[in-house]
Amino acid sequence: MPDASRWLRAHLWLVYAFLYLPILVLMGLSFNRGGMPTAWTGFSTAWYGKLIASPQIVSSAVNTLIVAAVSTAIATALGTLLALGVERRRQSNALDALLFAPMIIPDIVLAISLLSFYTLLGFSLGLHSIILSHVVFNIAFVCAIVRTRLKHFDYSVVEASIDLGASEFTTFRRVTLPMIWPGVLAGAMLAFTLSVDEFIIAFFTAGPGESSTTLPMRIYAMIRFGVTPEINAMATIVMLFSFTLVLASQRIGKGVVTGS
Amino acid sequence: MLRGVRDFRRAGRGSNMTPRLRSWLLMLPGIGWLTVFMIVPCLIVFFYSFFERGVYGGIDYIFGFQNFERAGEPVYRTIFLLSARIALEATVIAVLLAYPAAYAISRAPKERQTRYLLLVMLPFWSNYLIRTYAWIVLLNRAGLINRGLAGMGVIDEPLPILYNEFAVVTGLVYNYLPFVILAIYASIQRMDPALREASEDLGASGWTTFRRVTLPMTLPGVAAGAVFVFVLSIGNFITPDLLGGGRLQMVGNLIYDQFLSARDWPFGAALSLILILIMTLLLFAQAMAVNRARGEGRRADA
Amino acid sequence: MTGMRMFAAVAAVATVALSAGTGLAAGKIVISNWDGYMPADMAERFKAATGIDMEVSLHATNEEIMGKVVAGGGKGYDVLFVSSPFAEALHQLGLAAAIDHAQIPNLANLYPEANELEYDPGNTFQVPYAWGTTGLCYRSDLVEGTPDSWASLLSPPDALKGKITMLATDRWLMAAGMLNRGYSVNETDQAKIDEVKADLIAAKKSLLAYDDTTFYSKLVSGEAVLVHAWDGWCNYGIAENDKIKYVIPKEGTDLWVDTMVIPEASENKAEAHAFINFVLGQETGQWVAENIMYKVPNKAAMDGLDAGYLASFPNIAIPPADLLKGEQLRDLGAAQKAYTKAVSEITASQ
Repeated sequence: MPDASRWLRAHLWLVYAFLYLPILVLMGLSFNRGGMPTAWTGFSTAWYGKLIASPQIVSSAVNTLIVAAVSTAIATALGTLLALGVERRRQSNALDALLFAPMIIPDIVLAISLLSFYTLLGFSLGLHSIILSHVVFNIAFVCAIVRTRLKHFDYSVVEASIDLGASEFTTFRRVTLPMIWPGVLAGAMLAFTLSVDEFIIAFFTAGPGESSTTLPMRIYAMIRFGVTPEINAMATIVMLFSFTLVLASQRIGKGVVTGS
Repeated sequence: MLRGVRDFRRAGRGSNMTPRLRSWLLMLPGIGWLTVFMIVPCLIVFFYSFFERGVYGGIDYIFGFQNFERAGEPVYRTIFLLSARIALEATVIAVLLAYPAAYAISRAPKERQTRYLLLVMLPFWSNYLIRTYAWIVLLNRAGLINRGLAGMGVIDEPLPILYNEFAVVTGLVYNYLPFVILAIYASIQRMDPALREASEDLGASGWTTFRRVTLPMTLPGVAAGAVFVFVLSIGNFITPDLLGGGRLQMVGNLIYDQFLSARDWPFGAALSLILILIMTLLLFAQAMAVNRARGEGRRADA
Repeated sequence: MTGMRMFAAVAAVATVALSAGTGLAAGKIVISNWDGYMPADMAERFKAATGIDMEVSLHATNEEIMGKVVAGGGKGYDVLFVSSPFAEALHQLGLAAAIDHAQIPNLANLYPEANELEYDPGNTFQVPYAWGTTGLCYRSDLVEGTPDSWASLLSPPDALKGKITMLATDRWLMAAGMLNRGYSVNETDQAKIDEVKADLIAAKKSLLAYDDTTFYSKLVSGEAVLVHAWDGWCNYGIAENDKIKYVIPKEGTDLWVDTMVIPEASENKAEAHAFINFVLGQETGQWVAENIMYKVPNKAAMDGLDAGYLASFPNIAIPPADLLKGEQLRDLGAAQKAYTKAVSEITASQ
């Protein structure tokens, strides 16, 4: 259907234009010589230089990526397994409610609850406490996405594999996982995105000090002087770095699935 | 059906695990994590909703339901309704924009699909706050959009497109659109293209095939995406604050204010419980509607 | 298998992250402050002067750090920078440690008025860091005459409608309304709160937005012409555009004070006191006044300021005696709930 294809593609490019419009603004402003976003005073890469020279900003960006990568890895694994387990059973309202809960609970509530909980247990705070907390909502999103992929899943292929002598694990790796892979990948990307940008839970469950400051925490605090080109430069760099990271992990991931 | 007549002792089988056991083992780590790191901590805070705020912000252990009664006051009802309306608007617009986009990606050559998806997600690895400020630069009276439209002679007076509901909905749609695209894409993908081809071979037009075959089968993805947008929008407090100029109060701001400005954890917890209850009921209603729609779709092409 | 290797890499990174996040060396303190509110090289200078390491955690608002300290007990922090009503609340909740004056000889640098502040006479649980007023910041070239009353903000002339912002934080938003009616900024009577709430709901119609952080850039760009502002923030606008002026309305203002508090849970109280002593030194105080354009209650520092600087930023030259005419914000106790509810009603009104 050539007509529909053309309209669809045009729509997709319009959507991309919408998605990238503020990004272009943001990137453009990062090269603004003057500090205010209201007037363009000339091209300058000075802000990028200032950024690279600032160790706290670099370390908070690294912290963000660590937290996002680890919490995504854990949440994708747990969420996928959860989805596989849930979809084989009869539909249960209680289970569904549990799986939706992390998305519904306002993040300030989750943040304060987790901090109170950690304090009650005398648990030390640091990057690890942020990771543990981020996994909570990430599991829910990964699970939800993988479940949609499992809705019409053909389990006979899995059964056949087991009947033919493959172990549970081999069946999972060589049969199930490749079939649900796009869902798992989509869920992982979603989880990564949510974690990279998350501020409230990170702020409350972080340890004191710079070693557990993440970039969103830093940016929120820096906003008091308005969005300087330095901040825009920071956002641009994190974006590009995340992209490279994800591209690289996707290449590796393909290896997992095809067994190469 | 294989399930009914399986003989577990048949030689050569790779596993003797019953489906129930397998299901529990798969769910255990996830449910364990959620129990320890969500249910228990939240129960601690929700426990407070039955007590009173102390004079300086602590807790006075006087049992009562006054927090839930307070939650029924008109101002809070207004805020809940406004939030629901805005979240609904954002959801509808986001789904309408996302579906064709996800569909277009799924029809692209296989190797390119992941790249297209990555390009969709890339803007959202910058920072929510900064993207929102970029929208302020775009939308304000002397901003790029107004200047562009004025330059093209389309408008004389700058449009009031910032610090109001329009800006908030735009911001919400923008920030959650990729999630809907991902969710819909994930479910379009698993659809067997042979079904679509069969429908076309049997003489159905493209639109009919879409309406009776594709759409019902991708409904779970649409539903999941819609849920994401709605749920994330309702609890959002940054967008109404910045793009709304603080002129709109949504449930996210309200609950945030209770915990942080008022230091009234009991009332904040009560409001959250009510919100969670309402959202859970809505989600169940939505799940039932989706199941019914899919059931009809299946019957139609049986 | 490449997947396994990736997993191992992730696990290794995670272990490094875990070990990096826990445990601080002895003789080290953690400060929580607003960004840019202290000299950037504070850590080096403090270490050079006392040999103690310091790390800075940032918080964007008082409310956030309060939430974190109330939920977490303040563990891990050694000095907190919070505004005075919050310091008072921390004290009432038992979360603030007693200040040992013997360890802070530089307290002598403070103005005598700064030792007798209403919310903590004698500075027993906090030490003032910066103080100032709240008033009107406006473009003298775009506004006719001089706005000299809170009414100019709340019931502006038609020419200014849609180009006004007010502070979003509940205490200051309500204070504008309270002062306009001649009430106390710490008013707890519900009837009066309701009157002010009605005024502010009416005032909302003329507003562009509620803005706590970017109001001065709106003035610079001309998007707004009259804003509700803290005096130090107005100076950021004045620095960009000298047509911007600051005025204290005739009905009066509040005296806000940003303070330093040592959490009771701090394990390095001696070092924390050393830090406060260092901050109260003449040099640091002068840096604060010159670089973030705020007034400090540090007499030694203020005396060292250049006359020309004071002429460009007149509100820095306001003498303490005048400052004390402003009412000090106190913690409202149980009435805080009523203020939050009033603000919810104001922002929810259409």
